This record gives sequence, structure tokens and C-alpha cells, in this order.
Amino acid sequence: MYKYDEYDQQMVDARVAEFADQVKRRLAGEITEDQFKPLRLMNGLYLQLHAYMLRVAVPYGTLDSRQMRMLAHIARKYDRDYGHFTTRQNIQYNWIKLEDAPAILADLASVEMHAIQTSGNCIRNISSDQWAGAAADELTDPRPWAELLRQWSSFHPEFSYLPRKFKIAVIAAEEDRAAMRLHDIGIQIVEKDGVHGAAFYVGGGMGRTPMIAPLIKDFVPLDDLLSYTEACLRVYNRYGRRDNIYKARIKILIHELGADEYRRQVEEEFAHVKSLGVDPPKAEFDRIAAQFAMPPLDASASDEIDRSDPDFAVWVDQNVAAHKVPGHAIVNISLKPLGGIPGDANSAQIDLMADLAERYSHDELRVTHAQNIVLPHVRKADLLAIWQALDAADLATPNLDLISDIIACPGLDYCSLANARSIPVAQKIAQRFADPARQRDLGELKLKISGCINACGHHHAGHIGILGVDRKGTENYQLLLGGSGAEDVSLGTITGPGFDEDGIVDAIERVTDKYLSERTDGERFVDTYRRVGMAPFKEAIYG
Amino acid sequence: MKLLTGNDLKTGFVTWWTGADWSLHIEDAADVGEAGEAVLAVEEAARRVNAPYIIAGEATPDGPRPAHIKERIRALGPTVRPDLTLKPADPAAGDWVI
Repeated sequence: MYKYDEYDQQMVDARVAEFADQVKRRLAGEITEDQFKPLRLMNGLYLQLHAYMLRVAVPYGTLDSRQMRMLAHIARKYDRDYGHFTTRQNIQYNWIKLEDAPAILADLASVEMHAIQTSGNCIRNISSDQWAGAAADELTDPRPWAELLRQWSSFHPEFSYLPRKFKIAVIAAEEDRAAMRLHDIGIQIVEKDGVHGAAFYVGGGMGRTPMIAPLIKDFVPLDDLLSYTEACLRVYNRYGRRDNIYKARIKILIHELGADEYRRQVEEEFAHVKSLGVDPPKAEFDRIAAQFAMPPLDASASDEIDRSDPDFAVWVDQNVAAHKVPGHAIVNISLKPLGGIPGDANSAQIDLMADLAERYSHDELRVTHAQNIVLPHVRKADLLAIWQALDAADLATPNLDLISDIIACPGLDYCSLANARSIPVAQKIAQRFADPARQRDLGELKLKISGCINACGHHHAGHIGILGVDRKGTENYQLLLGGSGAEDVSLGTITGPGFDEDGIVDAIERVTDKYLSERTDGERFVDTYRRVGMAPFKEAIYG
Repeated sequence: MKLLTGNDLKTGFVTWWTGADWSLHIEDAADVGEAGEAVLAVEEAARRVNAPYIIAGEATPDGPRPAHIKERIRALGPTVRPDLTLKPADPAAGDWVI
């Protein structure tokens, strides 16, 4: 894991001191809310429906047990004993007091964390594959590149006031576990003729105008990765629409220019940027990369797993993934217990996950965009003990990628932008499909719920997506089918008229029943949908 | 009726104008009628409340209630965490919200 150097720490400490002074002046009435709002947002402090909300960055979703324990400490001391893990691999606290914010940021800084650039029209937290460094199918660990981008983008003076917020993802496997092509820039580390490079997909995103990022360049030498990223940003910063917030994202610019013209401009800009010395010396990149070295795993460890406990065996089959080192596995901890709130964890659960990481996973955890937690480096021999500890804390729900592993934004229960509640719908769907055998029979089915058009719940990318809208003051839910945020990326299509809260649950059951009657061997829900199209599902839903 | 609401500067908690002060409880809210803008200006200048604004409300036997669902949820707290609302011991406290 990357450890701050003196410059990282100085930057964060200086920001904590600066913000503490700004809060003091605000509380003393020396500055107005209009003056203070952009300052607090630069430090991740929003004003939401019920209170201030603090969004803490978890760079590329990676953290150690010390940092995880700090997240629990903040939940316990300053909030209401829980936090909400988000689809941006971050964590949010919903009940923060303004007067506590400086102390919280100081606590975070003490463990090399912060809330900088978790809001505003800047480059946000770099996201990545939650299995990075461990996945059996990856080409290399993408996180050194994500860390390089984090350092480059932190306080970048040219990109602090972009036309709109900007999100970058970096992956290094063919299986896309980070919704890479639904980012402003999606970077995939690829191999050509035995050499690693970066494929750049630019102009993706969800929100009110969802778009899949087109391929802008199939192979950028890694020595040029930063320069090429900077060229992509510069063209956007120069021509992005600052006159209309709804047309300000880079996806709109590329859509209007066309990918070919955007690419031409980027190449022209790159020729200039490359001469500026933006890319780091090899020694500096090697310094960063060395901190992501694989922990000392024993490749001779046993691959045997005692599956005599049937509940444990089900959990292993569903929530444990292949590791690149024999005798080891990746554990996916579901934050989607039956009837729970997707992504929420209380301080005791957060502490427990930190303890398990320290004891069994070489001190590492990951936050996933699907609002779950990962222990990336676990000996198979330790799986039973981990499962027992998780089970005792209601963290062993065996539902990864099943219909109850629902992504849901906070919705109208917490969010001032939302038009409808997301969480109660997620809970009702999970209850309707509570039978684990039924869920497993349905197979991989990614259900994603957003409480407004901004799509924090990734509804466009759900095999089944739900969008909550306000229809004359009443919550209404539109149903979408056929989306995917994975390597088979696609955008969902609205089925037709929307439903009320109970109606949407019934509609989903009709959809899944139709899938079961139509599927052929080995077909996932989304495969069947793509083969048979919308018509039979629409008939099943609306008659 | 019209209600004046905002968030407490220090805590961020939802507050309601009572006619003389701010309260966390919607039951205490006063109908500001046409005086809302004037009160808002004074209170914003006094910086006791954050970003106050006027909303439509309804008089009910149980007291004033916001007209729109978003404001009703603001008044109650998250519907999915009754333990975090202002009346955690009252299971019916949120019955009027949805």
C-alpha cells in the first residue's frame, strides 16, 4: 500500500489547518454561507437533507486496518455509529456537525486520509478494480498508475475548476469490475507485443445523459500515461460547456465534437504536453510501484477448503474469488444483509473488518463500487475462521452479484438532490427474493437503484435498473432492463410507464419469472434479455 | 400555510421557524404567511441558521406539516432509520410522512 511521503503529509496537514480556520470564521459569523460553501465543499463537507454530510476519499478503494479503524472511530465519536460506503469507493457520514469537521479531518490526516476533492468540479477520487493486485485474471496491478494519477491530480491548479466534476478509473484486467467505460476517462492497462500500455476510453458517464466512453487511443505507452491524460483534460478544460451545467461533462463535448475530432485535438495537445516533462522519472514511478508489491504470500499453502459446513460452502461459492497465488483467495464481504441498507456498516462491523484484514489479509481492505468490502489476500485455510467471524456480525450474507446484492444510492432518505427513496425499494426487493436458493437459481443479476436522474446508484448500468422520480409530489419508479457496467458494457432501456413502491417490486418479479421461462443453459439474466429483446419482458410486465 | 425552514449552522440539523426562534420540531413551526421573506432576511443576517427558505405547508390536527414529501422526510428523519428520528420510541411517528 502507498504510504504518504513528507510532501503528501504536509499538503494534507496544511489543508486541515486552513479548513479549521475557515470553520472558525464561519462559526464566528465572519464569513457568509455563500462564501463558506465552496470552501467546505472542497473539503468534502456537504449540507444534505438532515445535516452536514462528510465524504471521505478512499483512494482507488484501498485502505489498511489502521485507516479502517479510523473510519469506525469517526462513526462512533462524531456521527451516529455508522458510515455509508458509496459507489465511488468512498465512505460518507450523514450526521456531521460543522464544529466537529476540523477535528475529523485532523483524525483522518493522522492516518493518511482526507476528504479533499470529494466534491467540486475537479478530478475526484481515482477508482479502480477492487481485486487489484490479487485477481487471477489481471495483467498487472493497476494501482501504481491510479496512485500516480492521484498525486498528479491532487491540487492540480489547472484542473481545480473544470467545467464539471471529473472521474477517472484505472483497471488492468479484461473483466471490468470498476465500470471503467462509464467514467470520464477509463484507462485499461493492456499488452501489445509483450509490452504494457494504456487503452484510453474517454467520455463515458451516467447521470441524465448516459454514455459509454468511446475508445480514443488503443495503446498509449505507459511512459506517456500522465501526459496523455493531461492532454485529454486540457482539451476538455478549454472547450467543455461552462454555460450549461447539464452539458458540461466531457461526454457531451466528445459527443458533439465526435470521437475522431476529439482524438485529433488530444493528439495535437499531447505533442505539446509531452515536451513539458509531466511524466515522472522512472525512479519515481518505481518508488510508487514498490509500495504496491505483493505481500509475502506462501504459494505452497494448501488449496483445500473444508466444506463440511453447508452454509460456509455456500458462502465460499458465492463470495470468494480466485487469487493469483495458489492457496489464497479474495474474500468479498457483503454489506447487503437481508433487509439492511446497502453499503451501511456500523462502527463495530467496520472495526471487525479491520481486525480480520490485519489478522488474515496482510492488513489490506478494499471498498468496491458495488458498496461491499474486500479482503484481498486471504489463505484458503483461514476462510472458515473469517466466515465464522463475519457471520457473527451479520456480514456473511452469501449474495455477491445476486439479485439482493443491490447497489442503491442514499436516495430521498438522506440526499437533498433525490426525488424518491431508494433504500426502502432495495429492502423490499431483497425481502421478496429472500430465499437464498431462489437467488442462486436466478444467478448473476445486478440490480441498481438511483433516487434521481444523477444516477449515483448506477441504474443505467444495472441488468435491472430502477430510477426513482417525482411524479406530482409522489414517488414513482421507472424500470430499466439490459444495462451493464462490466466489460459487456451497455445502457439499460426503460420498459414503459413507472410504478409505485410496491408495484416496482411486483414488476421485477414478473421480469425474473419471464427470464426463468425464457433462459437457455448458462444464460445470465442479461444474456437472455439481449437474446430475446424487450418485447417478452414488456408483455410480462404490462400484459 | 407557509413555513420557514433551514439547517442549524453548527449542527446542520433541520430547524423550523416558530415565530420567535428556531425549533427542531415541525410541530412548533409557525405559519409565516407573507412575512417569510422578511423573517428570512433577518435570520440569515443573524447567521443562526443556514440557507433558510420558505416552503408550502398544511395545517393538520397534529400541527403543521410540509406539503412535499422531501420536506416531510426532512422533518422526520430517514424513514429507513426510525431510531435516528426525533421520536425514536414512537413507531408511528413517521406515519404521516409517506
